[in-house]
Amino acid sequence: MPIKTESFYLNVGPQHPSTHGVFRLRLSLDGEVVTDVEPIVGYLHRGIEKLAETRTYTQIIPLTDRLDYLASMTDNVAYCVAVEKLAGIKVPERAEYIRIIFSELMRISSHMMAVGFYLNDCGAFFTPVLYMWREREKIIDLFDMVCGQRLLYNYMRVGGVSQDLPDEFMPALKKFVDEMPRYIGEYNQLIKQNEIFLARSKGVGILPRETAINIGASGPVLRASGVKWDLRKMDPYSLYDRFDFDICTGEVGDCYDRYWVRMQEMTQSLRIIEQAMKQMPDKGPVCADVPQFFRPPAGEAYGYIEAPKGNLGFYIVSDGSIAPYRLHIFPPTLINITALRDMVIGWKVADLIIIFGSMDVVLGEIDR
Amino acid sequence: MTVALNGEETGKKVAEAIPGSVVSGDKNSLIVESKSLLQVAEYLKNTPGMEFDYLTVVTAVDYLDYFEVVYRLVSMKNNQSLMLKTRVFDRVNPTVASVTGLWRAAYYQEREIYDLLGIKFEGHPYLKRLLLWEGFEGYPLRRDYL
Repeated sequence: MPIKTESFYLNVGPQHPSTHGVFRLRLSLDGEVVTDVEPIVGYLHRGIEKLAETRTYTQIIPLTDRLDYLASMTDNVAYCVAVEKLAGIKVPERAEYIRIIFSELMRISSHMMAVGFYLNDCGAFFTPVLYMWREREKIIDLFDMVCGQRLLYNYMRVGGVSQDLPDEFMPALKKFVDEMPRYIGEYNQLIKQNEIFLARSKGVGILPRETAINIGASGPVLRASGVKWDLRKMDPYSLYDRFDFDICTGEVGDCYDRYWVRMQEMTQSLRIIEQAMKQMPDKGPVCADVPQFFRPPAGEAYGYIEAPKGNLGFYIVSDGSIAPYRLHIFPPTLINITALRDMVIGWKVADLIIIFGSMDVVLGEIDR
Repeated sequence: MTVALNGEETGKKVAEAIPGSVVSGDKNSLIVESKSLLQVAEYLKNTPGMEFDYLTVVTAVDYLDYFEVVYRLVSMKNNQSLMLKTRVFDRVNPTVASVTGLWRAAYYQEREIYDLLGIKFEGHPYLKRLLLWEGFEGYPLRRDYL
């Protein structure tokens, strides 16, 4: 005779060690099996879109730092790309290369955090995170060198970047790029063939290709489901059409594929940085001539980039004044968790934590 | 390169298939009547040559005279995009049809618009506030909210 338990509700979060921020999941459980899940967000809502309406275009840049705080640099870039589109500003070539180098460094750093904490959720408690942290520290040192900040950079400006690279930057970057493949090999050696890790992530939380497209997923989550879609290749912004790199895709769209896509993307990002270092002009302006208070013509623009976590966009409406009339942030991770319900139903609570971890969610961006 | 479709030309095709649905179209966007939004969306998703299978941003802007709901559609197959817009003139009880049935990408974004701008999406499976709490008064992203 099958034993049935009465289904009951369980609140995971908002303060749970593996919720990656203040995130609450309302679970319906049948014994240990998840039968329904409702994500509840908004604990970190700061009203950035409303705040932006009372600030000038330059003053908004520090606000964008606080979106995805593990990848602030790309948030800066996305916002600046949108404003430049709106106002028709051309970015100098050297500044574009600096932006690309920092975007790719940020991608490596963000993916490291994603993979590290994902393994944490798998039960490899803090050892992998500390390995990842070791190299992330080097990236942060590079950022520190150019803008004096370690987490919220506020480095990009509309029309370029805030200051040129210091002399010691390029040698330090070269050292990092030369060392990094060895470390990636080390991670793979540690993680990739670990039997417990494979048992817990292969075939778990499958996101089928059609669902991934229909829910509008982007970034590594979309690519892990086998969709070859990367804005850097499909819709090259900035100077991405000058680089030679591959789009990494998974096969089935399970947790393992999401992990493996991120690991491969780190290598591809290194390839882009190496090429950018060779192509970058040695001298030249790093910011277009943009006054501190400027009035873009009335109209609207949607600027978007391929951020580490997916397609990040800013929809800006201008009424011709010094502040935007409306600013909307399109957050990739909020869209990605639309599929969470499909992915976790039927799995156990322990798997839910892993599946959620593999999505790489940052709540600063979801709640805004 | 994702080709942004010309709203004027696309509007002609849409108006041919669904008469009376198009308000206007310019270089960047296509504006349709809010009552025929769902029909147009279905046409854009399923017609060969359009095949907009991927919905990215959904947002709304308060222009005081009307609300404008904006959809950016992308076709992965043809690598093209379209800005689709619709306008709602009712300030007390603004209502637009929900497109969640066609693209689930709109699920959270429509909830967010309902939360912050107070536009109701008819046919949404779970239209509740997303970022603010139940019982919050007013809609903060409206321009007359202080």
